Amino acid sequence: MTMILDHVSHAYESGTAMQVMALDNISLVIPDGQFIGLIGHTGSGKSTLVQHLNGLLAPTSGNIYYDGRDIHDEDYPKKELRSKVGLVFQYPEHQLFEVDVFKDVCFGPKNLGLSQKEIELRAYEALKLVGIEDEYFYQSPFDLSGGQKRRVAIAGVLAMKPQVLILDEPTAGLDPKGRDEILKQIAALKAKTGITVILVSHSMEDVAEYVERLIVMNRGRVLYDDTPSAVFAHYEELEKIGLAAPQVTYVMNELAKAGFAVRTDVTTIEEACDEILRVVSSVPFE
Amino acid sequence: MIRDITLGQYYQADSVIHRMDPRTKIVGTIAFIVSLFLIKNIIGYAAAAVFLAAVILISKVPFRYMVKGMKAVVFLLLITVVFNMFLTPGEVLVSFWKFRITKEGLRQAVFMALRLSFLIIGSSLMTLTTTPNNLTDGLEKLMKPLKILRVPVHEIAMIMSIALRFIPILLDETDKIMKAQLARGADFESGNLIKKAKSMVPILVPLFISAFRRANDLAMAMEARCYRGGEHRTKMKPLRYRGRDLTAYLTLAAFVAVIVMTRRIILPF
Amino acid sequence: MMKAERLAFEYIRRDEEGNVEGITRAVDDVDFDIAKGEFIAILGHNGSGKSTLAKHMNAILYPTEGTIYVDGKNTADEQYLWDIRQNAGMVFQNPDNQIIGQIVEEDVGFGPENMGVPTKEIWERVNESLKAVGMYEYRKASPNKLSGGQKQRVSIAGVIAMHPQCIILDEPTAMLDPSGRKEVLRAVRALNDVEKITIILITHYMEEVIHADRVFVMDKGRIEMQGTPEEIFSEVERLKELRLDVPQVTLLAYELQKKGIPLPKGILTTEQLVREMTRLYG
Repeated sequence: MTMILDHVSHAYESGTAMQVMALDNISLVIPDGQFIGLIGHTGSGKSTLVQHLNGLLAPTSGNIYYDGRDIHDEDYPKKELRSKVGLVFQYPEHQLFEVDVFKDVCFGPKNLGLSQKEIELRAYEALKLVGIEDEYFYQSPFDLSGGQKRRVAIAGVLAMKPQVLILDEPTAGLDPKGRDEILKQIAALKAKTGITVILVSHSMEDVAEYVERLIVMNRGRVLYDDTPSAVFAHYEELEKIGLAAPQVTYVMNELAKAGFAVRTDVTTIEEACDEILRVVSSVPFE
Repeated sequence: MIRDITLGQYYQADSVIHRMDPRTKIVGTIAFIVSLFLIKNIIGYAAAAVFLAAVILISKVPFRYMVKGMKAVVFLLLITVVFNMFLTPGEVLVSFWKFRITKEGLRQAVFMALRLSFLIIGSSLMTLTTTPNNLTDGLEKLMKPLKILRVPVHEIAMIMSIALRFIPILLDETDKIMKAQLARGADFESGNLIKKAKSMVPILVPLFISAFRRANDLAMAMEARCYRGGEHRTKMKPLRYRGRDLTAYLTLAAFVAVIVMTRRIILPF
Repeated sequence: MMKAERLAFEYIRRDEEGNVEGITRAVDDVDFDIAKGEFIAILGHNGSGKSTLAKHMNAILYPTEGTIYVDGKNTADEQYLWDIRQNAGMVFQNPDNQIIGQIVEEDVGFGPENMGVPTKEIWERVNESLKAVGMYEYRKASPNKLSGGQKQRVSIAGVIAMHPQCIILDEPTAMLDPSGRKEVLRAVRALNDVEKITIILITHYMEEVIHADRVFVMDKGRIEMQGTPEEIFSEVERLKELRLDVPQVTLLAYELQKKGIPLPKGILTTEQLVREMTRLYG
């Protein structure tokens, strides 16, 4: 179920002197089953972009096709699109409203008009996917810890069985362990269900480890769209637009400058460790 | 979407009106509104229009900006006009089916429309040229005599100013929550009134929770910055009347006098 | 400057009917002594008690047991309340929920107004505070138009305008993007270096603590580890047990050590690592 963005632009306050191009002529193809990182600093247009993918915002020009059909055709079922393209907003725990965890997760599937049995089945499955244990099902979502709340909120979107899951800054405000847990959970979920996952973030360290494709946005345009290591090779340009490559990339580049024959297209600590060991093992110890 | 409401939001510019003491502007607005209700004929409205136009000109707030704010109340305006037009008895001008437009009705409708739009423009001019903080300062000072009656004047002013600060934030938040629930397949449009009201629950509950959390945080932040009510407090921007305020009061008195005088003119319509 | 002796804070948990479910000891037997001008970082996972501890430092919460002194004054002593709050300023996590004014300069003036500072001096304080955090040119702006990092700098200015000797920042960067985090941290470090203000920075971003003089690591309401950043970050395994992390460079150095490369412990920056590697193999 490929998603195609064809010359999509979006202007806020369009037609006035205050016009801001939030998206500026973006063309992208998002094939089935990719794990994509979407990076950009605040105001780069990444949040506007993801809201286009499930039709919450409409482009001021250009078209978006999902599964071959223009999602802004008049007879296109918007609700179905929103179930196919699940969007988890930043701080999603702020949308929880039901009296217990299970009911809250049921909200999405219920809106799709499914049978009660199917609704509950999906809610159960979604909660399991994010690692929420049965004992929490009938607790008020507001009594859970921050990390748990967030996972319940993610389950609320997963219960709609999306083909594409978009997560806007899923780790914002969590502690290091909480960040790791959420990201691992998402990676596991991706491996298990095979759906497309788009991870919006401004942390390179977060995405580098998981995604296969990295889209970098700046001022409403796509600046880079490549594998993480190819994108991080531009670490100096990234810095100019307020982003940074993972620290290991810097280490490798600095080592290379200092005369070590290390590869610099390294993005994770494991790779870096192996690479450094490979190089120094050929040097005799003094 | 929801952020487009501009009615009465402060418009930054450098004008005499902007620099005026908020008390002058509050008193002026009240006097202007009262005089609108004193007007009896079209000459009075003409005088008010000239006065208002002059003030707008001096204020440097673009007229377009004000009209944009009016959009929100156009509906209300239309209803009043229609009601007045059809429901006032008198000399019939036009009639079709069950409706009759009378001469008195037409007159009434026009006057009502003028009065309402003048009223709205006049009072939005006050909020457009006065920062909300300044406005609450002015109110606090004007209401000070009420303190004798144990009215918590300072607290009321503080509540107002905090409310004004958080309105845009909460509007943003509403927008965000609405979108988030839409992404979960929520439907806010279809169905009858009861269903629609019910569909608001997923927005209102998170909104209330968030408002309470913010209130809690804010209270703590204020305490941490030594806030302890109005006692011992000094002002960063104390209010002081200046020459321009005297001029303004005099102009205002002249305007009210003119309006009162126009009441004596008798016109054939 | 600030001293805690066997400080403890308990609160009672209740269920929906209001029955007592149990007692949580959010701060448990904490001792510390912070000198004037120090830069202290407090690390800890969510729920480790670090925020509760912070709220004791300017008398928003009072200890259940033990005592805490700010500039020699016991926070539980009511007559010092306003002295303490003025002396130990506090910056909170959410930038939107601590700005009271609708114009930047009016917000910064809020603290001095409450303290009863004369008008002329308020203006001097506001201007110098805004300059200290690099927000002077935004003094007439509405806070709603600022970025997260800028809002936090305004909040910091609001605290500086009260002329505190110490500023406690409770996860000031948790809701910011990387450039906002850098902005805020730069401002905080400048206050410490230039104005010699004591800083207590609570965070869970490891990169933010490497410039601290001392680091406290909290878990279950206790200070579990204490030391220089080098000392703290050389205990990678221990930190992981406490739901924390180390900077990527430190982790890389640690992995290399495990594989037999004789690097020293507690490497915190890229430069250090490259220097050590060059020393070993260059």
